[in-house]
Amino acid sequence: MLGYLRQDGNKGIRNIVVVAYLVECAHHVARTIVSKVDNEDVQLIGFPGCYPNEYSLQMMEKLCTHSNVGGVVLVSLGCEGFNREQLAQTIADSGRPIETLVIQKCGGTKTTIESGVEKAKAIFQQIQSTQKVDMSVADLVVGTICGGSDGTSGISANPAVGVCFDKLIAAEATCIFEETGELIGCEHIMAHRAETPQIAEDLVKCVEKAEKYYTIMGYGSFAPGNAEGGLTTQEEKSMGAYAKSGASNINGIIKPGEIPHKKGLFLMDVVPDGDPMFGFPNIADNAEIVEMIASGAHLILFTTGRGSVVGSAISPVIKICANPETYKNLSEDMDVNAGAIIEGKATVEEVGEEIYQQTLMVAKGAQTKSEELGHKEFLLTYKTFENIGPSCLR
Amino acid sequence: MSRNKFILVNQADNVLICCQPASSGEVALIDDKKYTLSTAIDVGHKIARTDLNSLEKVIRYGVPIGSATTDIKAGEHVHMHNMKSDYIPSHTRQAKAGE
Repeated sequence: MLGYLRQDGNKGIRNIVVVAYLVECAHHVARTIVSKVDNEDVQLIGFPGCYPNEYSLQMMEKLCTHSNVGGVVLVSLGCEGFNREQLAQTIADSGRPIETLVIQKCGGTKTTIESGVEKAKAIFQQIQSTQKVDMSVADLVVGTICGGSDGTSGISANPAVGVCFDKLIAAEATCIFEETGELIGCEHIMAHRAETPQIAEDLVKCVEKAEKYYTIMGYGSFAPGNAEGGLTTQEEKSMGAYAKSGASNINGIIKPGEIPHKKGLFLMDVVPDGDPMFGFPNIADNAEIVEMIASGAHLILFTTGRGSVVGSAISPVIKICANPETYKNLSEDMDVNAGAIIEGKATVEEVGEEIYQQTLMVAKGAQTKSEELGHKEFLLTYKTFENIGPSCLR
Repeated sequence: MSRNKFILVNQADNVLICCQPASSGEVALIDDKKYTLSTAIDVGHKIARTDLNSLEKVIRYGVPIGSATTDIKAGEHVHMHNMKSDYIPSHTRQAKAGE
């Protein structure tokens, strides 16, 4: 496979221009620029809040310099709290073309849109000459998430992704699983897979943090559709979700936006540190997808039982359907039918191999169902994290 | 005979998982014994493999996934009406469950 070579040596599997609004007040202008350019490789991201937040600044820096991103147009209203100068500097330092448009200085909505369309098209043209170089599985960062889980997820799609993860890790890729709130109940089982006793201790601690946080929020990471699909408790959902991580050693814990420092399997601790401040850790699946992308994920393996249809900006999302009934109903949205395991027509191993092959094809440029259908969801909200690093949980 | 509609995930489990929609009145085979289903069971849902006492742990994947809140008979639907989380209560669109 070939990848787009970036200045930092990383390789991308897509070459996207992101148009990023830096406050909700600039959202309409940024969205209109993207819709007028009407190019699947020019995509909208953004942050809605006006108050400054270290996490969201760091997330936007990582997203705008992601290996799948070739260039950036920032759209600011002008008076918001977002540190657009720092973001623009980080992007420029990464060697990517970057333009900043400030609506209050550009003469308003109409002229900013006109200027933005021109600049996005120019950057798109400019990055068509990005050098393409050999890329191997070992260069890939792959994340996994489950959404709209049901009672079949934990015995079909999730363990099949686990098989795929084990294959990726054997080929020296980097894999990320996440949502510590959906590991409540399996922390001690998971700790047995830790590479070191310290990591084992930290795995347990970060799940305990999630349990405490969700208890204060009043709801677990559990949706009504999970129950309709046969899941009864948080810990039942957790055991199913945990199967996505496969059987490899767990090499470390990362926080959103932190790039894994070596190859292997990493748990992303998505629950904020300190007293709950900004509400639920992740208000919907796309917030978790965005966090894995900010940690370098080139593509996302998304398992679903009830039938999620989402994709994402920046990185392709491969949809793996756990439930054969759902697959019949939503087959146009699904890349892999893991429901065949439930029907006794395929084994977990076989579907795991199919997901692995699909991952390679998408990395080589094949479009996923969600890409074909134009899904480019994006969600970024406020959070607070203490220092990242081995001692981040103490 | 067609494949059993209910599968055992782990030998230690005391519930089985439904893999094909089953109707009320249908006969389910559990460890070679026949049980008549008193309700319809959808794919992904659980039925009891053995009689469970109130407060007994419900085991799936070989680990506890919550506790029974009433006595449950083998073959009965096991869900929010008769079991609850040992961690955080679940909820439906209408209400919280198992509090």
